[in-house]
Amino acid sequence: MRFIDEFRDRSIARRIVEKIRMFDSFEVNLMEVCGTHTVAIFKQGIKGMLPENISLLSGPGCPVCVTSQEDIDKVIDLVKKRDVIIATFGDMLRVPGTNSSLEEERSKGADIRVIYSPREALRIAGENPSKRVILLAIGFETTSPLIAACLQDARKERIQNFLIFSTHKLIPPAMEALLKSKEVNIDGFICPGHVSVTIGSNAYRFIAREYKVPCVITGFEPVDVLQSIFMLMKQIKENRAEVEIQYFRAVRPEGNRIAQELISEVFEVTDVFWRGLGTIPKSGLRLNRRFSDFDAEREFRPEAAESKENPDCSCGEVLRGVKKPTECKLYKRICTPERPYGPCMVSSEGACAAYYRYG
Amino acid sequence: MCLAIPARVVRIMGNLAQVEMAGMNREVDIRLVSDARVGEFVLIHAGFAIEKIEKKEAEETLRILREIA
Amino acid sequence: MPHITGMVEELESSGKKILLAHGSGGRLTHQLIKSFVKKFRSPALAKLDDSAVLKFKGKLAFTTDSYVVDPIYFPGGDIGKLAVNGTVNDLAMVGAVPLYLSASAIIEEGFTVVELEGIFDSMNKAARTAEVEIVAGDTKVVERGGADKIFINTSGIGLIDSGVDISSKNARIGDRIILSGTIGDHGIAILSARERFDFRTKVKSDSQPLNRIVQEMLKASKKIHTLRDPTRGGLATALNEIAEQSGVGIEIEEEKIPVREEVRAVCEMLGLDPLYIANEGKLVAFVPERDCKRILNVIRSNRFGRNAQIIGTVVARHRGRVLVKTSVGGQRVLDMLTGEQLPRIC
Repeated sequence: MRFIDEFRDRSIARRIVEKIRMFDSFEVNLMEVCGTHTVAIFKQGIKGMLPENISLLSGPGCPVCVTSQEDIDKVIDLVKKRDVIIATFGDMLRVPGTNSSLEEERSKGADIRVIYSPREALRIAGENPSKRVILLAIGFETTSPLIAACLQDARKERIQNFLIFSTHKLIPPAMEALLKSKEVNIDGFICPGHVSVTIGSNAYRFIAREYKVPCVITGFEPVDVLQSIFMLMKQIKENRAEVEIQYFRAVRPEGNRIAQELISEVFEVTDVFWRGLGTIPKSGLRLNRRFSDFDAEREFRPEAAESKENPDCSCGEVLRGVKKPTECKLYKRICTPERPYGPCMVSSEGACAAYYRYG
Repeated sequence: MCLAIPARVVRIMGNLAQVEMAGMNREVDIRLVSDARVGEFVLIHAGFAIEKIEKKEAEETLRILREIA
Repeated sequence: MPHITGMVEELESSGKKILLAHGSGGRLTHQLIKSFVKKFRSPALAKLDDSAVLKFKGKLAFTTDSYVVDPIYFPGGDIGKLAVNGTVNDLAMVGAVPLYLSASAIIEEGFTVVELEGIFDSMNKAARTAEVEIVAGDTKVVERGGADKIFINTSGIGLIDSGVDISSKNARIGDRIILSGTIGDHGIAILSARERFDFRTKVKSDSQPLNRIVQEMLKASKKIHTLRDPTRGGLATALNEIAEQSGVGIEIEEEKIPVREEVRAVCEMLGLDPLYIANEGKLVAFVPERDCKRILNVIRSNRFGRNAQIIGTVVARHRGRVLVKTSVGGQRVLDMLTGEQLPRIC
């Protein structure tokens, strides 16, 4: 496959690893922010290829994992409203709320449809005029422009029965929150490639400048990840803290202007609560006033059950890079992909699921 | 958080485009990549093209990789 | 099956629908049965006795499976073809020569006669290709909503030659693992036929009978230890089951596993892994190192085995687990399928 196979070349990979191994005089913690990177790293067995002095930490870039218990409970409340159809991406289905899950509600008869694209949700709304379709809008900056585009279409086509429940979040503020908390030493960031397609590499400049942490914007093929690790090690060795783009075949410094404009036309930035990280200022998106009539939260006022996170569930610490999944009391023994306690085990991009499946 | 794959633009119809990857065809929304041309490669994510993959840059990346290594 | 007395009209193939009355045992039932019998052209079936009476000598293999695939038509086949090949293959996987099948259908009221006959035709065609006879059958009709169009169960009997001992418990350290062809085709073909997924591909289900290949393999060497057709749960699940049941470790190489480009593309797009996707016309064989080249060539010379590859080895390490050497040279554990594979974007 074009633009994929070349970046899985074994001999190139081997030689990059040899070069990485030459940086053997210091220990580092590198954090891959994005859940898709966590999966790529595990699936390709990259951890095992790296020398002992490099530790890879998984970050909070798994949108399902960082969705608050309260939001999940609100979604389950939405499901119970009359004449609604819930459109959701697959991952959300099995996340356990305090009392139930979407999967459970579906087995009780709730109309919950798994979609691959938000365009499908719009189509479902068109096909079901007597029902109200609520799209669970989850994801980071890769996905929010797409939702914005669909909302603009809905307005243009006067679709009256389409709403969204937004839990969109922003990556750079979360990275900053991690650095501010100083809980864990992060010596370099493997930055998300596709979020950066939208926001551009400029969005990370403040991290390099103010916090002196090197950032490399990385593609998702194994050779991309290895090259980024090499670039980070080189920066660290040379005492540089810059934002570099490894994935420059798709990422520009200024990002995608059209996508950014779409977001700002439909959404506004707000403070939101991240599971594991707490409330981070200006780290989420909600519909602005012009588009508030598409807001499912405003329309339905869903209630959260007495939201209780399981106290033994270490998802929060895993998301901050403080604990590895193997250090969680419930991991594997009680919490498994079949019977998950927390979202990190459910989500295909959760660190716990990755460890369990591939580790 | 971001599964996106490269696909080749086969046809452009306004805001939509037909793209192809290894024989698989689908229709995507192409409004985010206003300058895409037929024959060029774009990244597909959740039914949208989110960016062009610059062939030159991809080849440049590979050249660098072969050099490091 | 009940006796038929007197003249029976045949089912008219004029777009008529199956009615509940077709299941009540009366005249309409007889029409249905007659149609069934006519399609399958089996002397035993044509006797219309309550049971088929068959003669055997030797070790018998016996299996059953039910088919509820949705949609019932897909590129490369339909539920009828699947039902016949699936049971034929279960018999082939223990080294049996499949001989006789039974076929039962549970039909939803309102299903059209034309479609039903089309499915019977598929089953007959598949049975002929696989060289088996459908000797017993049943049809039941349930009210609308009581079944999803049609469900089919097939059971099968085969004979195992003496000296043949193929089992999931027999994999041995040092065995080489041969995969007979590309994986993921069937699952992706089904997915593409479900309107929801909105992409077009030329991928076809690989549903096909494997009994002939297995007999040819056995002619080349009686020392085949394990055979498995990786259906639900895909290759990963099949290998895990064998590793567990034989108490051995398995190591495979990702690069060696044949996957069609198009299947790969769909999997990349939807975040699926071909290793976990169902197949309906492939097998894995565990054979001694000494015999593996010869057996590989035998498989490749059969039209259903052209893309066969040696994909791995049985080892004494990490017993019960399967490890994969990745395309880039790393290594990871290949677990069984957990939960359902859902397409994801995030």
